[in-house]
Amino acid sequence: MRDTSAFQNFKDVIMAAIMDLAEEDGNVVFLDADLASCIGSTAFQERFPDRFRNVGIAEANMAAVAGGMASVGYVPFIHSFGCFASRRMYDQLFISVGYAHRCVHVIGSDPGIIAQYNGGTHMPFEDIALMRQIPGFTIYEPSDAMSMYSLIVQAYKLGKPSYLRAPRKGIIHRYGADEEIMLGKAITAREGSDITIIATGAYLVDQALKAAEALSDKGCSARVLDLHTIMPFDTEAIEKAARETGRIIVCENGRYAGGVGEMVSCHLLQSGIPVRAGFINVGDRFGEVGSLEYLASAFGFTAGDIEKKALSLL
Amino acid sequence: MASAGFVYRVNKENAMNQDEIRKLREIALDVRIKTINEIASFGQGHIGGSMSVVELLVYLYFHEMRIRPQEPEWIERDRLVLSKGHSGPALYAVLASKGYFEESWLSTLNKGGTRLPSHADMTKTPGIDFTAGSLGQGFSAAVGIALAQRMRKLDSYTYVVVGDGESQEGEVWEAAEAAGAWKLGNLIGFTDLNGQQLDDYTDNIIPMHDLKKRYETYGWEALEIDGHDFSAIEAAIAKAKSIKDKPVMIIMHTIKSYGYIPGEDIRANHSMQIDKSKAEEAIAALIKREEARK
Repeated sequence: MRDTSAFQNFKDVIMAAIMDLAEEDGNVVFLDADLASCIGSTAFQERFPDRFRNVGIAEANMAAVAGGMASVGYVPFIHSFGCFASRRMYDQLFISVGYAHRCVHVIGSDPGIIAQYNGGTHMPFEDIALMRQIPGFTIYEPSDAMSMYSLIVQAYKLGKPSYLRAPRKGIIHRYGADEEIMLGKAITAREGSDITIIATGAYLVDQALKAAEALSDKGCSARVLDLHTIMPFDTEAIEKAARETGRIIVCENGRYAGGVGEMVSCHLLQSGIPVRAGFINVGDRFGEVGSLEYLASAFGFTAGDIEKKALSLL
Repeated sequence: MASAGFVYRVNKENAMNQDEIRKLREIALDVRIKTINEIASFGQGHIGGSMSVVELLVYLYFHEMRIRPQEPEWIERDRLVLSKGHSGPALYAVLASKGYFEESWLSTLNKGGTRLPSHADMTKTPGIDFTAGSLGQGFSAAVGIALAQRMRKLDSYTYVVVGDGESQEGEVWEAAEAAGAWKLGNLIGFTDLNGQQLDDYTDNIIPMHDLKKRYETYGWEALEIDGHDFSAIEAAIAKAKSIKDKPVMIIMHTIKSYGYIPGEDIRANHSMQIDKSKAEEAIAALIKREEARK
């Protein structure tokens, strides 16, 4: 396991993980669609020039080309911004990857409001719902450097197609080398007994922990679950949280429809565990341009919003 | 037959002799009969686009491709992507004839639990090299396969078959420009230019314009042939293989439904209802026409 504590940006962790895999496995290849300098796959290109292709601004073609390469035994990682990595190449991911049972790893960068200044056209709120419709895809959104590295390696080892919701800029170092990080298993980022805040992704896990801290000052003990793996998700941890705390809040950087909140609710409804629930998501809206602070406030993603939602359930 | 004006001819060493050509014609007749029966066993199917590519598929699988029907996953094999995946019934008849699977499978086409779905599916059928059905994608996948073969330093070829209607898909041109840019000399494409698509004649919907020129603009070599003429197919592939630094598109002038006579020269021949008695009549008429040609 590599020490990730020195990394300054998520994109460097992502590329380090993939290049470490490429070092071990000569079948790992990388395809980009004219956003190589954004994710830093230029480093892969320099180190493994024969195993890198920039396919140009043709994302749909890239996805099906990757499916074809996978049928000759290569393991392609392909990258674009999340909006294009889901919407723009969706039918190709559905048929030439998912339906054809080809193992291709998709990196969709700048999920949700993380797209910031690229604005509404580049702000994927729907990618979770879209990717959940393709049987067999692992969907994950790690919240810190260590889990990012570890989960990329684990998703690769699974040998199934995957979709990574990947922030590029900035970094969070939350977990140490001793943390047990397992694909499909939520991390209890903070223990608590009155309410559970389930969150996905770096920004919202961070806000959830801040909200839990503020709630603690008010005598409320809030558990925080880092639900880094969206498919397959940790039903056991969610059932346990519902049973033990009776109240949950599901926070996701995306739409309500087909998202994590719906998924968790549906599971709990079937399990018959009574629970009071609240949801943090963008509802039924398109994205817009702005700073992360502005967008978090506009869409109700701040620690204060989560705290308020929690208090309403107590 | 399609217009001879487009026939591409070269003097090829070791070209097929008349006996070999006659043998391929007999196989093509057999494949056509099997394809008609296959579709009739279900009652309906994509007869038009299946019949127009029979000579190509027979030539490739019985004369040209480096394959091992008993070892369909052999890494060094030549591969074929039927991007116009709805022509699956013709390919299934060819694969069964080559021994990839039992001929009895042919009567299971499209029935629940079958391994022969309407559109070619690599997870279901031995010998299918890539799944297709959403038009345009097979072309991209073939580009990925040809690139991967080259990266693995295999001397294998990738063949891809696209429809003319399919060529209205933007993805075909994304794939074509990538293959041209990457100089994939091991990729040989075939456009089944039968002039028809599901709803109407392509000229009445979105015309193809000059496909040859379009491919040349994208960095390909392009040839035009009569797609029902074995000698022309042979010569065009020989020419294509002599070009090492470019992909080659062989534009095949064909007749949609060619050989299923009730579907020839009509507009609505994409998918047709064919029952057992219609199939018997059509096969008898086809055999009679072939006999007369001899």
